[in-house]
Amino acid sequence: MEVNILVGGAAGQGMDTVMNLLGKALTREGYGLIYTKDYMSRVRGGHNFSRLRIAAGKPWSNVETFDILVALNEETYYLHHDNLAPSGRVIYDPRLFDLPDDETRGVSVELENLAEEAGGKVMANTVAVGALLVLIGLPGTAVEELLKETFADKEGVAEENILALKAGMDAASRFCSSCFPLPSKSEGGKKLFIDGNQVLGMAALASGCRFLSAYPMTPSTGVMNYLAGKMKDYPIVVEQAEDEIAAVNMALGASYTGARSLTCTSGGGFSLMVEGLSLAGMTETPLVIILAMRPGPATGLPTRTEQGDLEFAIHGGHGEFPRAVLAATSHEDAFYRLNKAFELADRYQIPVLFLSDQNFADTHRTVEQYDFSRLNYNRCLAEEGQYEEPYKRYRFTESGVSPRALPGQFADQVVLVDSDEHDENGNIIEGAQARRLMVDKRMRKLTALAEEMDEPDLYGDPHPDTLLIGWGSTYGVLREAVDALSASGAKTAMLHFSDIWPLPRKRLNSLLPEVKLSCCVENNVTGQLASIIRRETGHLINRSILKYDGRPLLAHEIIAEVEKNAES
Amino acid sequence: MLKAEDYLVGETAWCPGCGNFSIRNALASALSELELSPHEVLICSGIGQAAKTPHYIRANGFNGLHGRALPPALGSRAANKNLKVIVASGDGDSYGEGGNHFIHNIRRNPNLAHLIHNNQVYGLTKGQASPTSEQGMITGVQVNGVAAPALNPLAMGLVLGAGFVARCFSGEKEHLKETIKAAINFEGYALVDILQPCVSFNKVNTWGWYKQRVYFPEIKDPQDWPAAMEMSRQWGEKIPLGIFYNHPRPIFESSLPALEGEPLASRPFDPASMSRVQDEFL
Ligand SMILES: Cc1ncc(C[n+]2csc(CCOP(=O)(O)OP(=O)(O)O)c2C)c(N)n1
Ligand code: SF4
Ligand SMILES: [Mg+2]
Repeated sequence: MEVNILVGGAAGQGMDTVMNLLGKALTREGYGLIYTKDYMSRVRGGHNFSRLRIAAGKPWSNVETFDILVALNEETYYLHHDNLAPSGRVIYDPRLFDLPDDETRGVSVELENLAEEAGGKVMANTVAVGALLVLIGLPGTAVEELLKETFADKEGVAEENILALKAGMDAASRFCSSCFPLPSKSEGGKKLFIDGNQVLGMAALASGCRFLSAYPMTPSTGVMNYLAGKMKDYPIVVEQAEDEIAAVNMALGASYTGARSLTCTSGGGFSLMVEGLSLAGMTETPLVIILAMRPGPATGLPTRTEQGDLEFAIHGGHGEFPRAVLAATSHEDAFYRLNKAFELADRYQIPVLFLSDQNFADTHRTVEQYDFSRLNYNRCLAEEGQYEEPYKRYRFTESGVSPRALPGQFADQVVLVDSDEHDENGNIIEGAQARRLMVDKRMRKLTALAEEMDEPDLYGDPHPDTLLIGWGSTYGVLREAVDALSASGAKTAMLHFSDIWPLPRKRLNSLLPEVKLSCCVENNVTGQLASIIRRETGHLINRSILKYDGRPLLAHEIIAEVEKNAES
Repeated sequence: MLKAEDYLVGETAWCPGCGNFSIRNALASALSELELSPHEVLICSGIGQAAKTPHYIRANGFNGLHGRALPPALGSRAANKNLKVIVASGDGDSYGEGGNHFIHNIRRNPNLAHLIHNNQVYGLTKGQASPTSEQGMITGVQVNGVAAPALNPLAMGLVLGAGFVARCFSGEKEHLKETIKAAINFEGYALVDILQPCVSFNKVNTWGWYKQRVYFPEIKDPQDWPAAMEMSRQWGEKIPLGIFYNHPRPIFESSLPALEGEPLASRPFDPASMSRVQDEFL
């Protein structure tokens, strides 16, 4: 049993606030949910909508059809009524528009009028929440509590909102109450209601990140907002750079002098950063870059989702140097995974790219509380007596990793880094032999780095006929597709990558020769992971399911494609 | 205390007679006289002839990308405010490729000394025009002469709110050394534009050309902004040298609560102590 809700309106109608309120209230009441946003790159007008799915256990992805439509304007109704269940309901304001005569699912609530009576038109959304609560049979207490917390320092605002909420509840109860019963509550204690960018921001803070320089770019900006909000209480510096070139180079300067450093951006900004990425490779300076993907090329679809920059992350930057590429797969995993990114950057003195996308960044889910004792903070710096004097930043070692000291750490020792090819000291060189030795030193790190990569997650039938392969934010939707396909009897499994580069290959090598059908599912047009697998392992992936309209994959789309393949 | 010679390291790759030698010597003397140990100093640079400075002075060094000397310098100030940070780079690097960082770091006002070895040409890439090349100067690329008027870095610095604005000439060694010392000691962003002959590629602005023109005006009030502006705009028959403007204002670092106390880089940390940050999502 589950309840699906779609709320739509124009940008600037304050839907976000409402959905956050409702989502958090439901989470506190013990329900498991997912809340995703579909919004336009504008601040006013246009059409934005959000989906909220409340399901037993843990909903991993959203679905296309829904039970309740909250139409904050007329356009919303016409754009979405086709996907409203026949037994569904439409909450709308009859003063703003009328539903067609043959529409029998209407729940008319004078949103604006009731809000005005409670204290102001701006609370129309609160009235809508009240109406929603009645339809799903949830008492108002949790939302009231939240309103009090949210407006604690604004005299009278909480009280007015509570009036608005109650007005909405009263109005809707004349139509139907508890007509969409909620599913069973999820197990365990208190849960978090959190979006992907917040997960990453919190993970960075708790990983001891001390410096973030970035230039705002959707969908990565949430990370910056989160960390900037922590500046007054925690020892972290967040600097808005003049451009992404400055952002990456500032972060490198901060990292070189000893702060765990981060930058975050999206494709266009990353394009500006790649010379700096290459500098991180050459100077062997630890750096984590969060690349929150959106559809390109160029400005593309600024507020939509895509997995189009995987190859770019693996190959971006001139020259050859070791790097790691990890991805956010789920809210559960990404928290610990970003910590791993920082650890790898410090351990191997390399840049680490952390791939996210709009689908992950903007999606809220109910998740277990995180276990902060699982996070690590190992800076891997040289200690007194652990380096040969004079200190040489690029001293040759078997592993390729040189003891790293910070400028000023040891009296009379200096740390010189250089973007030119250099000797062990860090001084410019041009000799052929010296160049070869330094390239080999850097590349030697790859041996141990490759061992650090987690094998892709295998979920479903241990001996599948059909193997779905994915990476990044498609984890949840693939899981639901596998569950559905398995339930209908097909031996199906998924292999899902969170550590992507250097590509872990053990599971690929053991599974790919065994399965009848291998199928890469990706949010891009060229099937980038499939190409990488072919290149790195020699295995051909039989099929690809690709979606590149800027929208996240839905489980029913994957299922339909797989079944079509099975028939043919 | 280290002597000036003790700061000189490496085999320089500059042309004999290049103005960079005097700048390097002046910097070494300044560090010595300020009694700064090599490990307390960080020199950031971009790419170019001037930008090779970190290889030739014993100190910490971040020899980064062309045009990108300032951003790592800013990052390093955030991570370790105990370091004396000096940016030493060329005119092309600082005003051309790195122009955006020049603008915005003056606005930010971090505590660093920015020494621009201004030879009015791209030396390393063999003589193309730089933003400060004289209008009309003929090069292999500007075959009909540089069309655009030269950029005035000092006037630009003043307009953007730089608190320390100075012009030096590599041939006036004592003045150069003293100005570098003042810039290092200045609380905030200090702009020192150093006229530097490039014997190989700048046949217009030669050592003699500069020597004939430079003079030391009397600077009555270093906080008189209009007077500083006037001096910064003098160019041609007479070129004034000196610290035209010296007027500190709050620095970048002072706006950051995180920087109170120990430098960020040396603070201990335990992730397990952070678990309460998730409470806001409950
Ligand atoms: C991104 C990039 N573009 C171009 C270059 C080539 N390049 C190196 S130094 C330089 C100009 C240097 O001029 P300036 O900064 O005035 O230094 P100078 O050599 O005159 O001291 C150029 C164009 C480069 N290294 N990197
Ligand atoms: S090319 Fe010019 S700036 Fe470069 S070292 Fe030679 S004289 Fe100096
Ligand atoms: Mg130059």
